[in-house]
Amino acid sequence: MKTNQPNHAVETVAAPHVGVVHVHEELPFWRRYIFSTDHKVIGLQYGFTALLFLLFGYIMMMMMRWQLAYPDTEFPKYYFVLPIAAIGAIIILMSGIKPSINTLIGILLLGLAALINYIASGEERMPDGIMLPEFYNQLGAMHGTIMVFLGIVPLAVGAFGNYVLPLQIGAPDMAFPKINMASYWAYFVGGVIMLVSFFVPGGAANSGWTSYPPLADIATTGQTLWLFGMVFLITSSLLGSINFIVTVLQLRAKGLTFFRLPFFVWAQFVTAFLLLLAFPPLEAAAVLQLMDRLAGTSFYLPSGLIVSGQVLPNTGGGSPLLWQHLFWFLAHPEVYVLILPGMGIVAEVIANNARKPLWGYKSMVYSLIFLGFMSFIVWAHHMFLTGMGTAISAFFQTTTMIISIPSVIILSCLFISLYGGSIRFNSPMLFALGFLPMFGIGGLTGLPLGLATSDIHLHDTYYVIGHFHYVVAPGTIFALFAGIYYWFPKVTGRTLNETLGKIHFWGSFVCMNFIFFPMLIQGLAGVSRRLSDGGQQYSHAQGVFQLNEVMSVAAWVMAIFQIFFIINLFISIKKGKKASENHWEATTLEWAAAPTPPIAHGNFGIVPEVHRGPYEYSLPGNAKDYSPQNELVKE
Amino acid sequence: MEIPYVVTARPETGIFNAKAGIWLFLASEVMLFGALFTTYILLRIGAPTWPHGELDVALATVNTAVLITSSITMVMAWASCLTKDFKKFRLYLGLTILLGATFMVIKYFEYSHHFHIGDIPSKNTFYAIYFTLTGLHGLHVLGGMIVNSYFWGPGSKMWKSEPVRFTNRIEVAGLYWHFVDLVWIFLFPTLYLL
Ligand code: HEM
Ligand SMILES: [Cu+2]
Repeated sequence: MKTNQPNHAVETVAAPHVGVVHVHEELPFWRRYIFSTDHKVIGLQYGFTALLFLLFGYIMMMMMRWQLAYPDTEFPKYYFVLPIAAIGAIIILMSGIKPSINTLIGILLLGLAALINYIASGEERMPDGIMLPEFYNQLGAMHGTIMVFLGIVPLAVGAFGNYVLPLQIGAPDMAFPKINMASYWAYFVGGVIMLVSFFVPGGAANSGWTSYPPLADIATTGQTLWLFGMVFLITSSLLGSINFIVTVLQLRAKGLTFFRLPFFVWAQFVTAFLLLLAFPPLEAAAVLQLMDRLAGTSFYLPSGLIVSGQVLPNTGGGSPLLWQHLFWFLAHPEVYVLILPGMGIVAEVIANNARKPLWGYKSMVYSLIFLGFMSFIVWAHHMFLTGMGTAISAFFQTTTMIISIPSVIILSCLFISLYGGSIRFNSPMLFALGFLPMFGIGGLTGLPLGLATSDIHLHDTYYVIGHFHYVVAPGTIFALFAGIYYWFPKVTGRTLNETLGKIHFWGSFVCMNFIFFPMLIQGLAGVSRRLSDGGQQYSHAQGVFQLNEVMSVAAWVMAIFQIFFIINLFISIKKGKKASENHWEATTLEWAAAPTPPIAHGNFGIVPEVHRGPYEYSLPGNAKDYSPQNELVKE
Repeated sequence: MEIPYVVTARPETGIFNAKAGIWLFLASEVMLFGALFTTYILLRIGAPTWPHGELDVALATVNTAVLITSSITMVMAWASCLTKDFKKFRLYLGLTILLGATFMVIKYFEYSHHFHIGDIPSKNTFYAIYFTLTGLHGLHVLGGMIVNSYFWGPGSKMWKSEPVRFTNRIEVAGLYWHFVDLVWIFLFPTLYLL
């Protein structure tokens, strides 16, 4: 029994000794860590792979930002390559030259440095270190693709979902462990295909992350690889989402009713439905684009299309808008896939550190479900300028306004939950608190985009870029950082360093706004997105051109603050302060699981039983200020 | 700690894990084929003319009958598991696989005839969508045949050790097979008759 438990000694399964699971024979290294079927290992695999991709996506962005700030000047690539190589080498040296996870990650970082060194040179990309517009397009398309499909989603869903969700519902593992492993490896293969595409003639995909035809239909080979890569990533999401839904439906612990589920589980549950139902149309769309590219069909090609002064040999008869519909039918739900897990994490961290129940938990859950449903019928707000007709525009404008209501409800509930709490300002909480206003800006800037009239001016400008980055970067990514700081003690039994965490937060918070707020200003001035010189040639861009340098410098400075995070992560794994078992004195079930749950031996010594709602903090008349879900209710 | 409800149903939901899984998978498949059928409608509405009578309705009718029969034999295979008649199970599942193979062979003749006279996917959007839809469906048939063959052969060992779990597997494989059949029942009139 823990010392801070009241004397009337309610029975809990959280007592330390029952957490220890007896050990069977050990699995070999490669079964334990590489081809593992354990949800925790798979979660960590997802996590580290996704973090590496996020780093790669970030570096590509920094290269683009150089070109935008100082068009057509030589790119100082060693400022970017050497630090990564150095960090990789230090990690390897720190962990000793032996097969271990750290060594592997160090080697991967060295590989990443080599990759960047490669793409930042070469006649067909950066002759004399000066970026060709064609290569800028590759970077743009791959930055978007990698950030969304290989970074954020795998981290938010694959890593946090896999690691935390089964623990929070008191399950021994995911419902289908082998399918779970297949899901990770499909993701891995998809990622490798995307990376390989940089090496084929013509380079990687360069038609934007949205891959609009006809451009994408006639683009270089990289686009074909992009499509194949996407098919793998879609398959991975599909397998994962089935697993999540079945796990929540079937494996909840006794007493864990749907309205006792932590909000994080709800968020993952709804997200899984979005992935399940929205991705297949993109798979269909990808197959059709592959047919266009490989079999010479014309699904997306209108008749008589002229390219470089010549009529395309294809028969035509297709429609470029077909792709846009199929793509956005996925990609709008996809933006909720990007945000909902983040909201889930923030809700957990806020309830825990405000030491209060979530205000309006039920309305948050209903909003979530409504949001999930509505996200399937707003997609064409990305297509107001395609000439769909006013009736259709009016419909999608209406649904878009409606869908912003549940987001506002959830955000308001989170804000109100803070009211009157005795807030602990630790690093996870700072990131969670940072999320709130940033997501607020992101959401509010979406409204003018959702109105067909104002979107005429804003569409395809930097304003759109500003809008969605506010939601995803200081929004979702902050939420993900909050999650990493919050669950790190669960995973490793140690805590991340608070001081480094706070430097990381404040540095990132300030830089984020210097990067993304100017985008809104540029966009309002009419500067188009996807220009490889930042609008240098346009007179209307001159007044706001100088902002490019501000944004770029902020982006590079923010990279320095991320180094604090990387260092923190690797030092704390080995040397961090020891965490107590329920480090944050939280109520949800993951903290009742075995401390740093053993791999491949189940999670709980005794199957937990749930007696309470998810956030019973500061109950009146209780000696301690939290009552875990598995604690019996006193008569 | 074992994963619960692998064999028995969870009381609240009334189903075991794999059955929940396959229904969700089929829901995603509905979205996949739904998107392709939508594509078909869009292309056809936009087309000034649409070819008629270029496909072999007789062969397709035979194929429809073949697939429907295979769905029946699939149910019989599952029913034989329930009545604990392993021999009959083998017979019916074997028949299901053979009928699937028959479907594929007929499809092969259809395809090679078209290719022979130059009706390739790039000829027009009709053939483009025809080959995409039937090709993807064919891949699904093939996938089902592979799974069924596994349960007919090496996978059937489980019958000895865990008969209930094995029966569940056959039920799940059956649900998938019926879905593949159902897709064809939509494809047949859409492509061949309308
Ligand atoms: C809360 C209310 C929101 C509204 C009303 C809204 C509205 C819009 C609209 C109308 C566009 C299209 C703009 C254009 O292309 O002209 C857009 C773009 C975008 N939004 Fe939102 N949005 C909202 C929230 C979100 C969230 C939560 C995310 C993601 C986490 C997000 C991510 C994106 C992305 C990625 C794009 C740009 C896609 C592209 O063209 O590359 N949005 N938003
Ligand atoms: Cu949208």
